[in-house]
Amino acid sequence: MAKVTIDGLEMEVPDGTSILNAARMVGGDIVPPAMCYYSKLKGSGGKCRTCLVKVSQGSAKDPRPMPKLVPSCSTTVQDGMVVENITSLDVLEARKGVVEFLLINHPLDCPVCDQAGECDLQNLGYKHGLAKTRYEEERRTFEKADIGDNIKLHMNRCILCYRCTYVADQLTDCRSHGVINRGDHAEISTYISKAIDNDFSGNMIDVCPVGALTDKTFRFSSRVWFTKPMDAHRDCKKCSGKVVLWEKGNEVLRVTGRKDKYGELEEFICNECRFEKKNTSDWVIEGPRHIDKHSVISQNHYELLNNIKVDIVKYQKQVAERVNKG
Amino acid sequence: MARKILLEHLNVPGIETLEVFRKMGGYQAVEKVLKTMSPDDVTEEVKKSGLRGRGGAGFPAGMKWSFIDKKSEKPRYLVCNADESEPGTFKDRYLMEKIPHSLIEGMIVSSYALGAKTSYIYIRGEYFYVLRILEKAIAEAYEAGFLGKNILGTDYSLDLHVQIGAGAYICGEETALLESLEGKRGNPRMKPPFPAISGLYASPTVVNNVETIAAVPHIVNMTGDEYAKIGVGRSTGTKLISASGHINKPGVYEIEMGLPVEEFIYSDEYCGGIKNGKRLKALIAGGSSVPILPEHLITKTANGDARLMTYESLSDGGFVSGTMLGSGGFIVMDETTCIVRNTWTLARFYHHESCGQCSPCREGTGWMEKVLHRIENGHGKMSDVDLLVDIAKKIEGNTICPLGDAAAWPIASAIRHFREEFEYHVKYPEKVKDPKHFFYAPFVSEKMNASIA
Amino acid sequence: MSKEIKFSDETLEVVAKIILRYPEGRQKSALLPVLHIAQAEFDGWLSSEVMDYVASILNIKPIEVYEVASFYSMYNLKPVGKCLLEVCRTGPCMLNGAEDLVAHFENKLNIKDGETTADGMFTLKTVECLGSCGTAPMLQCGADYYENLDNQKADALLDKLRDENQRSRYC
Repeated sequence: MAKVTIDGLEMEVPDGTSILNAARMVGGDIVPPAMCYYSKLKGSGGKCRTCLVKVSQGSAKDPRPMPKLVPSCSTTVQDGMVVENITSLDVLEARKGVVEFLLINHPLDCPVCDQAGECDLQNLGYKHGLAKTRYEEERRTFEKADIGDNIKLHMNRCILCYRCTYVADQLTDCRSHGVINRGDHAEISTYISKAIDNDFSGNMIDVCPVGALTDKTFRFSSRVWFTKPMDAHRDCKKCSGKVVLWEKGNEVLRVTGRKDKYGELEEFICNECRFEKKNTSDWVIEGPRHIDKHSVISQNHYELLNNIKVDIVKYQKQVAERVNKG
Repeated sequence: MARKILLEHLNVPGIETLEVFRKMGGYQAVEKVLKTMSPDDVTEEVKKSGLRGRGGAGFPAGMKWSFIDKKSEKPRYLVCNADESEPGTFKDRYLMEKIPHSLIEGMIVSSYALGAKTSYIYIRGEYFYVLRILEKAIAEAYEAGFLGKNILGTDYSLDLHVQIGAGAYICGEETALLESLEGKRGNPRMKPPFPAISGLYASPTVVNNVETIAAVPHIVNMTGDEYAKIGVGRSTGTKLISASGHINKPGVYEIEMGLPVEEFIYSDEYCGGIKNGKRLKALIAGGSSVPILPEHLITKTANGDARLMTYESLSDGGFVSGTMLGSGGFIVMDETTCIVRNTWTLARFYHHESCGQCSPCREGTGWMEKVLHRIENGHGKMSDVDLLVDIAKKIEGNTICPLGDAAAWPIASAIRHFREEFEYHVKYPEKVKDPKHFFYAPFVSEKMNASIA
Repeated sequence: MSKEIKFSDETLEVVAKIILRYPEGRQKSALLPVLHIAQAEFDGWLSSEVMDYVASILNIKPIEVYEVASFYSMYNLKPVGKCLLEVCRTGPCMLNGAEDLVAHFENKLNIKDGETTADGMFTLKTVECLGSCGTAPMLQCGADYYENLDNQKADALLDKLRDENQRSRYC
């Protein structure tokens, strides 16, 4: 076990835990945002740089601070490590920068994007972004590519988190999907548009943090906040069959996997459950799905955090209460 | 004449052949280490020599070697970084082309020290003709029994291969190089783990620059203590400098560390002064990534001390008034140079070479290039100058690999030292329409004129 | 394309030797050198059919080849002229007249950067630093470096290349 302090909050976590996962064990505001890291996908993380934190003390043995901000998703805790996340102005400044970088070439087409309302980039932008853009240049665009009947690729919205390529690599038997080109021309592509066609490819939609990969069968059907999420299951030979149905009236508009409070799927589901079972009679309904995230789906509004003022004592109290309860 | 080590026999006819190279004392170090020294002895000599990595970072080579995981049961690898791509740097190409066996001898001695049985030289794709030269030299070395099974009748065996790149500056970053050598995109890896623990094929690996490796046989021959006597302080030995730009004698020069910068620029033994009798305006001392220096900080430090060609003296003053020795890419600019234009071409370079893996570099390098392009062409705003500084600041230190820093530093330093010139482009857009705007009438500082008047 | 996409027996032998440089199961390491060979053999560029063929030889997935081929700037994913003129324009080359040299080629060949002459002879491509800063301005055509160029030397080079009428290749 390693004792680690994050934003003044001391905790003990198993050796080998990343800073991000240590923070997630406690939860709350000390958890750094993550746009590319996905705990269930091996090799993910380290790329988006939104989860950068400051390590002001490396370990009990070697108390020197780390010279640069480090990605909390891929930095392992050491016994005696002291980490600053929202208590460090450097971290908040860097995060503001990363959000700006992610947005300068993003089309900001939220009004016509199916991801709006459950978009990690939207949430991140509200929390850490600027109200105005400083970017005056032309935004980057990509040629449209058709990647099959079930999944819609909007490359212009992609933030190159690489999650979908890990899904293709780790959940499906034949990877026909990858990252091509270099630098800011890099794009997710199947090259010559080979259709992505295998049983678990639909999970790319759920792991995509933005609206780059969306469900074609749900396209423009409804804004997500007008749909009602219901936990449901069915007997499925390929997957657990545990899903969320997004209903409007008695109509099932969309089927997704169940996501935890950090937006990660609890279990990956198969394409049959996702794309082909759109009748309520296909499912055993368990009840309404609780959406834990700060999201319009559950709250219908965002809390604007223009000036993040940190009152660490308040956070400590909150966390302590949560720990006592849980 | 200053002391030459790496290039001592440069002008001996046929030095590229094994026969002549041996006549000049080549491959003696192989004999010496295989027959009289243990691998640890060799590492010890390199440590004593104070040799620092010649690729740019200047990390002590012996210390880097000592990090290699000897407990691992996996094979160990030595990989030579011959992916020389830093603008302003062409010394490794010169050395490999002229005296290829010096690198091969270095590879054998260093591989022995590290316990590597297979080693690779990763050379940038554009150097295809140098690849042929190296392959020929390697074939000669196999023939003569310096490579292959049981070298010189000892237990030690080594295979050496050259791997060709295909056009990517980023592969000069050691973990990107290893990815590329594994046949992948040159995306830098997250560190830790460091290559010494998990490098090529997840095995313990050391990656060293060409010049670093080529210095090792000389250290073995003369002993580390003797080598450490050359140079100044922690900058020991000799260094190859690639000199380019507005000078009379561009080329590769071997200098003893500690040579005054002024002598290097103006002496006929080296750069031979500024071309066409023009005035010196600015200098990039260690390859395009290092901070640019204005005229008054080139030959003297901010304290008025003579600036020397050493790691320490060039970085004297930190980023406020100093720079870095880097890879030794010495780019001299005369008074006709437009600093904005030069900075823009470098920004374009980093934009082109960013691998695109992490967001600050992928998005930031392109943004900076576009803003600089606007300013250079007379479409800039005053606020753009500070915007550039801010973008550079948000990239620096926040990326996976040092390419982000390398892209940010030249821009930040150009604005630090030449802000007025950037502002001039904004104030007088019509005067900068011609791409050669300072060619006939050099930029003159209004502030300086005012202060003189 | 009329040519059948298949290496000759001699080339396959060269490829087999390259694969032997790496530990067993690491044949993917041969990808960069083999793509260079493929590009030289099949008209100077890599079509998706050629990349699929390389994938089959190395026993890797086609996407692994596309990912790599599109990352490195020396692989052409579109057809190019017989002679690919790669003119360096970074820092030191710019200081010594690379921009004039590019303009000269554009005028002389009546094409813009990135374009190919109507007769399919030349493609002009500006590139970033080729490591020849002391001999600027310069260009690369195939494996050869042409250094210390001026307009006259550039014209002479074009004449020479036209006379030779050979496809430029790195290997």
